[in-house]
Amino acid sequence: MTRSRRIRLQALRFVIFALAAAFFLVPIGAMFEFSTRGIGINSARTFSAWAAIPSTPELATAITVSLELALITSLLMLGLLLPTMVWVRLRLPRLNRIVEFICLMPLTVPAIALVVGIKPLYIWISLNFTDSILALSFAYLILVLPYAYRSLDAGLAAIDLKILTEAARSLGAGWGTVMLRVVVPNMPTAILNASLLSASLVLGEYTFANLLNYENLQVAIQYVSLVSAGTSIAVAVASLLFAFVLLMILSFAGGRLQVRSPGQRA
Amino acid sequence: MGTITRAAATGVEVRLEHLRRVFAGVVALDELSLTLAPGELVALLGPSGCGKTTALRLVAGLDEVTSGKVLFGGTDVTTLGANRRDVGMVFQAYSLFPHMTARQNVAFGLQMRRVDEQERKRRADAMLELVGLSGFADRYAHQLSGGQQQRVALARALAIQPKVLLLDEPLSALDAKVRGRLRDEIRRVQLEVGITTLFVTHDQEEALAIADRVGVMNKGRLEQLGPPTTIYTRPATPFVAEFVGLTNRIEGDVKGGEVIVRGTRLPLVRPDTPDGQAVALVRPEAVSLGSDGDAGGDAGGGPLVGTVIAVAFLGATSRVTVDLGDVIVLAQMPTSQASAHPAGSRVRLTLRPDPVLIARDETAAAEA
Ligand SMILES: Nc1ncnc2c1ncn2[C@@H]1O[C@H](COP(=O)(O)OP(=O)(O)OP(=O)(O)O)[C@@H](O)[C@H]1O
Ligand SMILES: [Mg+2]
Repeated sequence: MTRSRRIRLQALRFVIFALAAAFFLVPIGAMFEFSTRGIGINSARTFSAWAAIPSTPELATAITVSLELALITSLLMLGLLLPTMVWVRLRLPRLNRIVEFICLMPLTVPAIALVVGIKPLYIWISLNFTDSILALSFAYLILVLPYAYRSLDAGLAAIDLKILTEAARSLGAGWGTVMLRVVVPNMPTAILNASLLSASLVLGEYTFANLLNYENLQVAIQYVSLVSAGTSIAVAVASLLFAFVLLMILSFAGGRLQVRSPGQRA
Repeated sequence: MGTITRAAATGVEVRLEHLRRVFAGVVALDELSLTLAPGELVALLGPSGCGKTTALRLVAGLDEVTSGKVLFGGTDVTTLGANRRDVGMVFQAYSLFPHMTARQNVAFGLQMRRVDEQERKRRADAMLELVGLSGFADRYAHQLSGGQQQRVALARALAIQPKVLLLDEPLSALDAKVRGRLRDEIRRVQLEVGITTLFVTHDQEEALAIADRVGVMNKGRLEQLGPPTTIYTRPATPFVAEFVGLTNRIEGDVKGGEVIVRGTRLPLVRPDTPDGQAVALVRPEAVSLGSDGDAGGDAGGGPLVGTVIAVAFLGATSRVTVDLGDVIVLAQMPTSQASAHPAGSRVRLTLRPDPVLIARDETAAAEA
């Protein structure tokens, strides 16, 4: 009785997993199939669309720029959010709700509304300071706040922040040292999660870049698709796979770190 | 190891002057003044919420005073940050850094002081040896028992050769046996290092056992400060009498600087107590028992005759509960004596004429 139930449960799990996998993989598979088609109907499979990626200068720069944006945004996010959250928890616990509310707000505002609001600012920035695309990272910082906040919040909740910081302070550590030597090493998973979520969000971002007239990866894919559909699809597949890899690192390395952090660390 | 203990063996005088801390209208600490002599161990004793932790945090610089001063060796450190104060602190909750080994934990403070790596390791190992944990240097906190963790925390606090050692109920999370052992160990280490120490606890036995002087706190105020024996035998206020040790509350009559409790005259700690009905606070050790027959033909027993209703064996001593009819009285005595009075036997009580206090609520009522 229980045995057959267990088997049924297993089967159900498998079906759900297979459906979910199909939901994600079929479109990607189809894209991959499309990107490797030859010109004629009967022509052989070819990777020429893929090979064209590095030789399409627009794409190459867009990829670098998007990776840079992802990195800068993650660093900005950590530099801004982590000290703020620690400080609020230790010194201004009453503000905790407000900070949470502010951080989660970007979720409730449609990207298009944000862009319209932020556009004049970016025009001003590009006129007065820099027209570098890297300025986009400030806008992205807002976009990644909710995800990063959630992740860091979970990490901070899991450690006894007050006791650990006070112990470190009384042993002579300044606030910088407390952050780098005590807080960060005790929540590696949360920090990794927050960074990778931010990075994958930035890599897939289109609306902001497009409407603010910057050319990031997704915008470049869009342009290239006008010229060569195969290449643009190839890049899209590549960037999706890259995001997948990031998320895999997140779940696997994250799990490993969690086991390691209290135990095996040199 | 010897070099460390010698080097730190010069304790510093620690002064708290009129320390006050108010949290949003709540007075957590009220005008606490206390001077610790170099190398002295003072225990702050008091019920939960009386401001002990608050006092310690002010000394450590982890919290800011509302008013008052903290001086180490004559230097005002009131506005100095916690990381520049040179205090070693052991917390009530486990506070080892989970991502570091015991040795790394102990060496952390030395690293903050830019001690070079070899010296760090040498001193960390010496400190671990001092607390009896030489073999545990490479263990992480989760691989240590609670008592071991607190000993590492003690080693960590001492490794920086602090001016002051602050202990905030370091033993409260441990079971009774470990607690007793570790308490003695803390005292041994403290004497060996010679460091001025403020030890906070709500356990009166712990305070009396370990301290040079005990400060009893109540509602943010220091009620009495003195050597353990004085605190126990000559409590200055009814609160201290009731908080430190068990106390019987027996009704009596105050008259001319004495209280007459059921025919026995007892001197008063405060002879200026106004005359009238009052409740005297009598220690169980001041009550001794005799068989009812001992009194001979005292007309069927005096007012201090009752029935034993329970005998609690505490080891070398026993506590006997006697029902006097209208009041229950506890008596504590060597077990050999207590065994003569099993439950159910009639006994006659004798009160030793130690100075006693009058319970405060009754005096307050009498004054009103
Ligand atoms: N950060 C704070 N904000 C508001 N009130 C506080 C704060 N810290 C302490 N208090 C209050 O101050 C009083 C004294 O607290 P404290 O922690 O010093 O007590 P304690 O003697 O250490 O008690 P325990 O034995 O339970 O640890 C309490 O009434 C407490 O509620
Ligand atoms: Mg406390």
